Amino acid sequence: MTEIFDTILQGVLLGGLYALFAAGLALIFGVMRLVNLAHGDLIVLAAYLILLLANALHLGVILGFLLALPLMFAAGYLLQAGLLNRVVGDDILAPLLTTFGLSIILQNAMLTGFSADSRRLTTDGIETASLPLFNGVAIGIMPLLTFLAAVGVIIALNQLFYRTALGRAFRAVSDDPVTARLMGIDDRQLFAIAMGIALAVCTVAALFFGLRANFDPTIGPGRLIFAFEAVIIGGLGSLWGTLAGGIILGVAQTIGASINPEWQLLAGHLAFLVVLATAPRGLFPRAVD
Amino acid sequence: MALLETHDLTARYGDFKALFGIDFAIEAGETVAIIGSNGAGKSTFLRALCGLLASSPQSIRLDGEPIGGASPAEIVRRGIAMAPEGRKLFASLSVEENLLVGAWSQKTPGHWTLPSVYELFPMLREKRLAPATALSGGQQQMATIGRALMSNPRLLLCDEISLGLAPIVIRDLYAALPRIKQGGVSLVIVEQDIAQAMAVADRVYCFQEGRVTLTGAPSQLSRDAIHEAYFGH
Amino acid sequence: MAMTNPAAPRFAVRTRTRASTIAAIGSAALILVLAALPLFAGRSVTQNLFFILTMLSLAQFWNLLAGYSGLISVGQQAFVGLGAYLLFAWTILGGVDPVLAIVLSGLVAALIALPTSFLVFRLKGAYFAVGTWVVAEVFRLVLAQVKILGGGTGTALPKEVTNDSALVAWIAQATGVRAAVARGMVDYWLALILAIGAIALVYGLLRSRRGLALAAIRDNEAASGSVGVDAVAMKRLVYVVSALGAGMTGALIYLDKARISPDAAFSLIDWTAFVFFIVIIGGIATIEGPIVGVLVFWLIQDELSSFGSVYLMLLGALAIVIMLFFPKGLWGTLADRFDFHLFPIRRRLEFTDRDGEL
Repeated sequence: MTEIFDTILQGVLLGGLYALFAAGLALIFGVMRLVNLAHGDLIVLAAYLILLLANALHLGVILGFLLALPLMFAAGYLLQAGLLNRVVGDDILAPLLTTFGLSIILQNAMLTGFSADSRRLTTDGIETASLPLFNGVAIGIMPLLTFLAAVGVIIALNQLFYRTALGRAFRAVSDDPVTARLMGIDDRQLFAIAMGIALAVCTVAALFFGLRANFDPTIGPGRLIFAFEAVIIGGLGSLWGTLAGGIILGVAQTIGASINPEWQLLAGHLAFLVVLATAPRGLFPRAVD
Repeated sequence: MALLETHDLTARYGDFKALFGIDFAIEAGETVAIIGSNGAGKSTFLRALCGLLASSPQSIRLDGEPIGGASPAEIVRRGIAMAPEGRKLFASLSVEENLLVGAWSQKTPGHWTLPSVYELFPMLREKRLAPATALSGGQQQMATIGRALMSNPRLLLCDEISLGLAPIVIRDLYAALPRIKQGGVSLVIVEQDIAQAMAVADRVYCFQEGRVTLTGAPSQLSRDAIHEAYFGH
Repeated sequence: MAMTNPAAPRFAVRTRTRASTIAAIGSAALILVLAALPLFAGRSVTQNLFFILTMLSLAQFWNLLAGYSGLISVGQQAFVGLGAYLLFAWTILGGVDPVLAIVLSGLVAALIALPTSFLVFRLKGAYFAVGTWVVAEVFRLVLAQVKILGGGTGTALPKEVTNDSALVAWIAQATGVRAAVARGMVDYWLALILAIGAIALVYGLLRSRRGLALAAIRDNEAASGSVGVDAVAMKRLVYVVSALGAGMTGALIYLDKARISPDAAFSLIDWTAFVFFIVIIGGIATIEGPIVGVLVFWLIQDELSSFGSVYLMLLGALAIVIMLFFPKGLWGTLADRFDFHLFPIRRRLEFTDRDGEL
């Protein structure tokens, strides 16, 4: 009995990580209807950046992370302003292929720069620390912090979107970019800011991901798929829905892994397909898409 | 010097030429109406004025400064706001949020703020937290005008505000216009309802197939002249 | 009783152009040359052409899906890998002749594509694209669990299937070459037939009334419904045909390689990224485009693939540049400039006078 509870608990906490992966993707799609195929690779890039700052500059992971945040924001702003603003629009082929090309460039640039070796972010011991609960079940500190970070990021993003002028502007641009211009809103600049925010969220995801597991330049696409599945399971338009989607994905994966470790990924994909077949708008979609 | 004037303004949608050399002027404090049948180019003209359609720099002047070809954001900053055709409220925002978005370009508050817009249209205060899409047509039109006012424009462009509304609602809307004028806003009104347009306007332009066919004060224009200018025969 | 106005012009719908007529004659000659090639050219020539022809087939089928129907898929590797594994299954487990097995693999892949379409069509646009990618991942993970076909590490084809198969043995006898060489020739001829078949199928489909329907769907799906086009059925047909093609091509590619593993058979880079590149460089939504694209790609691949990661980076950057500045690709841009079409699909109205003269 406690084994099942433990499995589900691990899955829920894993869902927090997947929600972190998904939040940036959902944000970008919500504001500018862009699915960024390089999203996973940008998370991996952020992880390498934290690693670089932590090790090469001897700053340690936490300081490295804090420094990486504004750097990744700037990178996102420049990426959108310089490249992606040219392909945002009604046609889906251009942004798809551009971000796909970007994904390939990023992976191979990281391979060239950092080699294919697996790396890991380390702090002193907190990665393995755990809090005992009951009956021998313990909760890992790192997974718990990851989950709390996901909740925190979602609360922060919701505050931004629903309580600030900038958030109102984001939602206006998402509804009707042309009329938004009549309000004096520069939609191109807003898109750049949104991408900057999304990459900052990716950096948070990268921190917890890198502390938890090994990473190498090629694992980006896998993260994109997890993010995507969490968004679809949860439903478009709601970040809390995305958290729910991540949790369902995480639990499906841990249950699958508990039966046979080779089945972890497949179990997650199957959960996604089942939701797609039975509730194509997701489990908690917002009324207005 | 006129508040806004256009000189030989042309505009096109791709290969289709919609405006052929429009000369237009409005003084500060005036209300100017533009009438004409469907497809005459009235809305196209407003879109060119607020920067949604490209035009050559010298063809539009605000306070003597050329603004043709400026971005819509730039034009809002300079004091021209539009209540667009079809209302175009932001669907996922509430009424109050729609109004607040209108103030995006405002660095310092002016005459038109949330309280003053609510005073102008009390119905909006009642519905302030409702989603914009839950309002009736007339209420949405009030919200659209209110949203445009929030940028404290010197010139407000109203595109077909009576479209699809019942006569009594139209009357209420137009009753608010004098108070808008008192707040220091000049008005350009595109209107299909000729009687309503003539009742509020200081001057009238009539468009037909992308050209100005008649202009003057309402009292100076005979019914026959208007009919000819409107329909072309 | 004649109700038509005898003075009204009569018209005919034509797709033929003068250039296309010349091209048709030229193509026939080219095909004859290509068919005879293995008899006098060396092994490396046929191997290179095998690569070109199979990539061309993949590109035509992806183009059918993405360029003409607007269904941008990032998951064609699902059916390439599936077709490949099916070939291995038919031949190793079923003892089926490899040439027949290629056809069967394609058909089964198409059969599996049918229920798959019901799932992925629930997604739209870019989400559809990622959905097709997930499907490919599922296929890969499932097949990695199939131990009799080698599981995660894969397996190889036995000699009975490769050098000793019926057709190879017959060719070896007829031409007097070694079995290994004959095998290369057979694979090459199969690739040629497949490529010609792919082009013929795609061209035929697009010239048919279905092709008009596809164009209507791509341009404005909602409006197409109002003129009686069943958009969903058409898209499903295209998805299944594309899977059939990808499946057969995958089966042939891996018959030639004779060795399979899940990661290789379902590789995103080999079966989707390179295909993207070919179609984009050449010209999307044209039949000539992938032909130009595959030749350009082959040249680049030949020169630069030794540079590994840097090569892929350049490819990615080139694709972005083309997407931004020449979205119609090399062929597409030129064809539009000079109104030059070898495989014309667009229909023109040509007016004839009463005697049927233009």
